[in-house]
Formats: sequence, C-alpha cells, structure tokens
Amino acid sequence: MAAVGIRDVRKAFGPAQILHGVSIDIADGEFVILVGPSGCGKSTLLRMIAGLESITTGDISIGGRVVNDVPPKERDIAMVFQNYALYPHMTVADNMGFSLKLKKAPSTEISTRVNKAADILGLTPYLDRYPRQLSGGQRQRVAMGRAIVRDPQVFLFDEPLSNLDAKLRVAMRAEVKELHQRLKTTTVYVTHDQIEAMTMADKIVVMHDGKVEQIGQPLELYDRPRNRFVAGFIGSPAMNFIPGHIDAGPVLTGAGGLSMALGAEATQHQGRDVTLGVRPEHLTLGEGGFTAEVVVVEPTGSEVQVNARLPGGEEIVAVFRERHMFKPGEKIGLKPQPGLMHLFDAQSGERI
Amino acid sequence: MASADTIPGTRHRSILARIGESRGALGFLFMLPAAILLLLFLTYPLGLGIWLGFTDERIGRAGIFIGLENYEYLLDDSVFWLSVYNTVLYTTVASVLKFALGLWLALLLNENLPFKAFFRAIVLLPWVVPTVLSAIAFWWIYDAQFSIVSWVLIDWGIIDQPINFLGDPNNARASVIAANVWRGIPFVAITLLAGLQTIPPSLYEAATLDGAGSWQRFRFVTFPLLTPIIAIVMTFSVLFTFTDFQLIYVLTRGGPVNATHLMATLSFQRGISGGNLGEGAAIAVAMIPFLLAAILFSFFGLQRRRWQQGGGE
Ligand SMILES: Nc1ncnc2c1ncn2[C@@H]1O[C@H](COP(=O)(O)OP(=O)(O)O)[C@@H](O)[C@H]1O
Ligand SMILES: [Mg+2]
Repeated sequence: MAAVGIRDVRKAFGPAQILHGVSIDIADGEFVILVGPSGCGKSTLLRMIAGLESITTGDISIGGRVVNDVPPKERDIAMVFQNYALYPHMTVADNMGFSLKLKKAPSTEISTRVNKAADILGLTPYLDRYPRQLSGGQRQRVAMGRAIVRDPQVFLFDEPLSNLDAKLRVAMRAEVKELHQRLKTTTVYVTHDQIEAMTMADKIVVMHDGKVEQIGQPLELYDRPRNRFVAGFIGSPAMNFIPGHIDAGPVLTGAGGLSMALGAEATQHQGRDVTLGVRPEHLTLGEGGFTAEVVVVEPTGSEVQVNARLPGGEEIVAVFRERHMFKPGEKIGLKPQPGLMHLFDAQSGERI
Repeated sequence: MASADTIPGTRHRSILARIGESRGALGFLFMLPAAILLLLFLTYPLGLGIWLGFTDERIGRAGIFIGLENYEYLLDDSVFWLSVYNTVLYTTVASVLKFALGLWLALLLNENLPFKAFFRAIVLLPWVVPTVLSAIAFWWIYDAQFSIVSWVLIDWGIIDQPINFLGDPNNARASVIAANVWRGIPFVAITLLAGLQTIPPSLYEAATLDGAGSWQRFRFVTFPLLTPIIAIVMTFSVLFTFTDFQLIYVLTRGGPVNATHLMATLSFQRGISGGNLGEGAAIAVAMIPFLLAAILFSFFGLQRRRWQQGGGE
C-alpha cells in the first residue's frame, strides 16, 4: 500500500487542454473518489496515474516515488475498467491469475491466491467459466478479483458500476466499500454519480472542466460546498438556487416581490448580488420564506417531492417526510430552515 | 393404443394444413428455390466433370464409359505425380508465407502510423489488379534478359550474370510462389486487420497493467482472439492457392520440364489444349480429395471455441 501524490498535473491532447493543474494528496489506505460530470477529465487523470496516458506537466508519485517515467507494469497498480476488460478466451481463474502467470509465479501459488480472491468475492463456483457465461455483476466481480489477486499498491476503478442495473449497483457499492475496509488498499475510484461518491468515499474530489472544485469528506461537501458548482452537484435532488440582492435588514430581495429575512451575519454583504442556495430537504412549510405555486407532487413512499414555481418564475423543489398532498396550482409557503442556507456570489459563484 | 382415439380430428386435417404447422416442412418449402438453384448451377457442372472423368471423351467426339481407366493411367503417369507434388509444395509454402507476412503487415497497419488510410489502400493494390495483368508484370520482372531484379543486382555488383528465374526448375518454383504470395498477401492482411480491429484496446491496457510486454500481449491476447478469423482466412487462402491457374499459365505454362505444373494447369493442358476431356476431368477430380481434406480441416478449426459461446452452462 502506498500514498499517491498528484502535483499540479496538466494534460493536453494536441491543442486541447484537458486538465488544468490538478493537485490531490491521497493518504496511504485512503478511499478517494473523483467525481464530476462526464468529460471533465476524471478518466484521463486516472489513466495518468496508471501510466496509460503520459503526463504533460506536473508530477505523480506513488509511495513517495515520482512515477512520471515509470512504465505501467512497474507502478504496481491494478485497474478495474468500466467495461471490465476481461480476457474473453480465458476462464475466470485464468483471468484472475494472468498477472501472476506473467510473473512466472509457481502454479500452486497462483491457484492459492486465485482461490482466496474467488472466496472473498463469492466466485468459487464460476472459476471454470468463460466471461461470456457470466452475468454483468459476476463479470464486475471477476474484474475486481483480477485486481485483488495482484495485491497492488493502489487500486484504480474507472466507473466500475455504471454498466450494472440500479439494484445491483447499490449492492456492489456496499461490496466495494466492504472490500476496501477489509484490504485497506489505497483506492482511487472514478464516477460521475455523486451518490456513489457520497456513500463510499473517505474523501471526495469534485472535478469540473479539468479543474478540482473542492476536496473534502462527503458531509463536508454537503454541508459547506465551496461554490455553486459543488453545491449543485452534491446532493439529490439538487440544491435550489434563487438569485437575489441583499438589502438593509438584512433582507434578500428578488424578482416577483421576493423578500426574505436573513441572519444578522449577512449584514456584511449588504448591497451585493447573490445566489441563495437551499437544499430541498431543508425547506419547511410556513410563512416568512417563499410563496410558491405547486406544479407537481411526486410521492416516493418514504417522502414526498414537491416541485413548485416562485413568483419570479424559478422552479423550486422541496422534499418532505410528511405526506403532504398538495394540488397543482395550490399556493404554499416554503421557509428555509435557519442556518441551512448557502449564499454564493452572483458573479463568481464562490461561497460567501 | 388409446392415444390415436383420444385426439380426434387430427386424422381429418388436410395435408396442407399439417405442412403449414410443421416447422420442418415449412422450412424445407422455403429453402426449395435456393436448393434448386444450387443443384442446377453447382451440382450439374460438378457431376458432369466427374462423369467425364469416367469416359474417354475428346473434344469434338463423344466418349463412352471406360470405368477407372483414366485414373489407372494417371497412377502410372510421373508427370501427374509431379503436378501433385508441385501443387502441395506450392500451396504449403505460399500459404505459410502469406500467413506470416500477412499477419505481420496487419499488425503494422494496426499501429497508429501517419497516412494510415493511404497505406491500407496501397496494400490492397496487388489484389485489385487483375491476375493476368500482374502475371504479365511478373513475367517481365522474371525475364531472362531484361529482368529488373537481375539488372539491379548486377548493378550493385552482387551477381555478374542475369538470374535464370523461369528457366531453372527450382528457380521457377520459387518465382511462381513469390508471385502468388505477392498477390495473396492483401487478402490475408486486410482480413486479419479487420480482425485485429475488433479487439478492444482496453484488453491491451489491462494486459499492460498485468505486466505483459509487447510479445506477451501478442502471444496471450492478440493471437488467441484472432484464431477464429485466422481459420477462416487461411481456409480460403489454401483453397485459392491449391486451385491457382492463371499465374502459372501466364508465367510458365507449367515449365520448365513440368517443374511448375499444378494439377489445375495440367488438367487444362491435357483436357482442353490436348483435347483429352476425359483425362483432364480425371485430374481435376483428383483435386477433390485434397480440397475436401482442407475443408474438413477448417470445419473443425472453424468451430466456435468454447470461450466464444455465450450464456448458460
Ligand atoms: N485520447 C484522447 N484524445 C483526445 N481527447 C481526449 C482523449 N481522451 C479523452 N479526451 C478528451 O478529454 C476529455 C476528458 O475525457 P475523460 O477523462 O474521458 O472524461 P471523464 O472520464 O471525466 O468523462 C473529453 O473531452 C475527451 O473528449
Ligand atoms: Mg470516464
């Protein structure tokens, strides 16, 4: 196991700049998730750690050693690909033991280690099958088994669960996390799914357009997003954003006659254009907030999601544990819970 | 006993209705037109050829059935046996070379080289040019006096006399094989290239991370995944080579002293040029066992490997 250091790494494919100076410190044994919308450069960064892509500038180190010029096979990392990349002509056992076979390990050692990994992953009955004869979840497990058998310094995962159906994904999420708790191998895991990130990670790195937006523990990102992007990306359903202006009082005023009292600490920002952010689950029914017109009510059983429209035209989403059954067109009062509002600068989007 | 009585009505249904319900009969019905076409255009000429082999028919004179006389004659004919030897040698050496060079070329073309599309198009050229035309070009290249190869080698001082490409038996064999290989490589290379492109790059990346060098990636990933397509392409290549005619006919006509006579050219020479239709047909029929063997070999080689089968146990 080893720590991984990423220092001001940049990547360009020809003229296209993909990563614009990314720095991340990953401690020994940590489970770090890179999350961000598709195309933001997560896979590229992961492949640079693996050595499958060159590093344009910056340094990547594994276990304290800069590996920029170290070929992939000497980096002692294992990677699980999104499409699993299992060798179709090899049985499950051969797939898992391939790296050891290449190292010319004795066949008894190979089978011991393959059996042990198969045991951990519940693959023992399938060792003689070919990948084609397995379900998606089983293939996924074989891909992980191939990584486990090697007992590498670092595990790299590139969206390993995105080809699975929703139910299996939830189950595998727990399985991957449990595996990490058991093996304690440093892990870098890429996903575009913020729920995966929130539920599995020790530390989340939110990326956007080739830049790191924020690094922190899951709840840290949820509670104190550093900017509007992170605020909108983390949490489901997504945070509501309402543009406004801070007037004396302090009061937030906005389109459609919006006027809402803010905490005293907002006085220092008086006169600024801001965006108010409030999570759907932090809205309660009551006066003193927004008046909204109900558009759609979506009960899920455990909670009720209400989509409503503010007088200024913005859509707002609220989630209640109580089974409120509003009719479309009904006027309701929505009030943010005190202390659970976020203010962002209207121009820069930074938290204030 | 009682079963016939328990399903009344079945006996009364018309034959047509029963055909309509039986998948097998219906399937046969639909295949009939194709089967008739095949029978007419494939089986008739083949049957006629085989029949001619049992007669002493000559051009312009109908023959009579003479049993195995043609074959008995061929058994003692050293030229026939030489042509068998030549054909087997020609096919084996040319196929092995075409496979090795074709695979090598396919691997090269699969790399990320500049002007990729251009090179791929160039490789196809030998195959696009009509055989007779390329054979004539080779005829010049192999000319006893004006050969460009000899000329260049003499110019470089490597040899001091023109090479007798087509005049010496072994030289002639090597020369026609070289021409055949030149012509056959594109088919092998382009088909294998298509096969290479179906191998997902992530398999190579996974193998790289597993610690495989470039030879090991070829040995453990590329080659095994390519075997199904290799089986197909080599079957066709062997069949084409074994039945080759045009190249030899233009370059050497089987000479010198029958050293390059293949069974196909000998059959033509005896049957059409020589007018002995029966004997020519018998030589052609003698090719059938070899071709059948090649087809059977490929049939087993072509069978889907266990790893290609999906689902289930
Ligand atoms: N080999 C490549 N050549 C050129 N552009 C690439 C290459 N690989 C990725 N890109 C570009 O880099 C960007 C980031 O890609 P990627 O890292 O795969 O995103 P993510 O995994 O976050 O969805 C994308 O815009 C993609 O088009
Ligand atoms: Mg990706």
